[in-house]
Amino acid sequence: MIKTEELQINIGPQHPSTHGVFRMLVTVDGETIVDLVPVFGYLHRNHEQIAEVNTYLQNMPYTDRLDYFNSMANNQAYAMVVEKLVGIEVPERAEYLRVLMVELTRILNHAGALGFLINDMGAWQTPLAFGMREREKILDLFEMASGARMMCNYFRFGGVVRDLPPAFMPLLKDLLVALPAFFDEFERLLCENEILLQRSEGVGVLPKDLAISYSVTGPVLRASGIPYDIRKAEPYSIYDRFDFDVPVGSVGDVYDRFLVRVEEMRQSLRIIEQVLEQLPDAEGDHINPKAKQNVRPPVGDAYARIESPKGELGFYLVSDGSEKPYRYKVRAPSFINLTPLGDMCRGYKVADVVVILGSIDIVMGEVDR
Amino acid sequence: MPSITATALRERMERDLPGVAVATRPRVVEAESKPKAKGKHAAERPDFLATNDTVVVADRLRDAAIYLRDACGYTYLSDIAVVDYLDDGLFEIVYRFYHLDDGDALVIKVRVPRDAPNVPSLTPIWPGADFHEREAFDLFGIVFEGHPSLIRIYMWDEFEGYPMRRDFPKQGDKYIDE
Repeated sequence: MIKTEELQINIGPQHPSTHGVFRMLVTVDGETIVDLVPVFGYLHRNHEQIAEVNTYLQNMPYTDRLDYFNSMANNQAYAMVVEKLVGIEVPERAEYLRVLMVELTRILNHAGALGFLINDMGAWQTPLAFGMREREKILDLFEMASGARMMCNYFRFGGVVRDLPPAFMPLLKDLLVALPAFFDEFERLLCENEILLQRSEGVGVLPKDLAISYSVTGPVLRASGIPYDIRKAEPYSIYDRFDFDVPVGSVGDVYDRFLVRVEEMRQSLRIIEQVLEQLPDAEGDHINPKAKQNVRPPVGDAYARIESPKGELGFYLVSDGSEKPYRYKVRAPSFINLTPLGDMCRGYKVADVVVILGSIDIVMGEVDR
Repeated sequence: MPSITATALRERMERDLPGVAVATRPRVVEAESKPKAKGKHAAERPDFLATNDTVVVADRLRDAAIYLRDACGYTYLSDIAVVDYLDDGLFEIVYRFYHLDDGDALVIKVRVPRDAPNVPSLTPIWPGADFHEREAFDLFGIVFEGHPSLIRIYMWDEFEGYPMRRDFPKQGDKYIDE
């Protein structure tokens, strides 16, 4: 009989599969994971401290840098918490524009995340290029509306910074026609793909009860079979006006997380189509003209949260009555979704770790803050 | 809809868990504050401690949290935030619970003195509190008693001090001077 002994190895911090500067301290017995401890903080810049030195409006572009894939979603959560604290009303058209941007962000995020996930499984580059191709088209739209592709800084307190340019709608409509074909192609190519099935079915299972006690959010929570979506559970903005479904998984493995994200892209498309039907035509109503940008909220605290593409993104603000926040706290979804990583990987092979990490969909800008 | 308001929670806790909640001044919502006149600025200090949420005794935090989970059905611990009220000499730790059907959060707060910031850890009950508590320990120096591995999460292990505290020097680097 062969005598084996446990070995500690580091995956990362510089490793192509860790999606940033992220280290996993892994104890292995042969190829089997005995224990895994995530180690991070390499990108830590004390975001929350810096935000206390800025005025409320100066923090808006800074939230872009949290999860740089979803700057629009970060903007929305931050705008919402300040509006709650000060009591600013948002005009109808602005709300529709916000929802439109955030749902486009969700498609963009999932297209990228699924591409990277399949990349991690070894289907090198081609599926990723598929996702990135669609992402580029959405980024073009963002650039048109906000002037920037990734760091959009598009939201303001009481609305959005400017209305859509005339060329935006035709391009968006072209995209909406093209997107279902992309989803079909993506599903046809990948959902029954042998590599995907072999690498993801029954891997990284997170059971229902653990998912709740581990406080995971977003697609990871829903893949474990809990139909919890903040857009339905505590409708913010105007999400109660739209008709959409919340996809849930059954097993809670990597494959379920994959399928949930594919279906969420379709649901986002449904929401966008309803936005275009209902969008009020009042030009110039993209921002509340009475809303001051240099706000001085009354003393007190407020918390606002949204269903960002990665999960519950919340901002907690405490105001001391001055023009700068007294306390600014980010509840980052990909940071908390990392908590169960050790439990999800235990008992699987080293190569599975990469796939399980990819299925959580983390962005280090948000994890390390 | 399983909606329990903050007021209802305080009443229920008074009935079922006497001695856990602390009496607080209610917060009156005011209009947007005006820029203060000169000279008046220094005299007026913001009243942070008035709150409409439930403040519980630190030692009884676990009882309160388990009560929220088992008796009220708020099974999901979403967020733990720390606020440093330097002038009042205390840290406030804000726990945010959700019901998995729908509805708003239930919030409980714990206040501990700045010189002895000890709070019972919730990680043995909610493993999801792990990273929240490590972050609070790393940046504020809150000691969570009973946490399985309370080590720094962002800063390196040799780092001294707690960078999110309000009295942490914001300029200069004492490590360079030494």
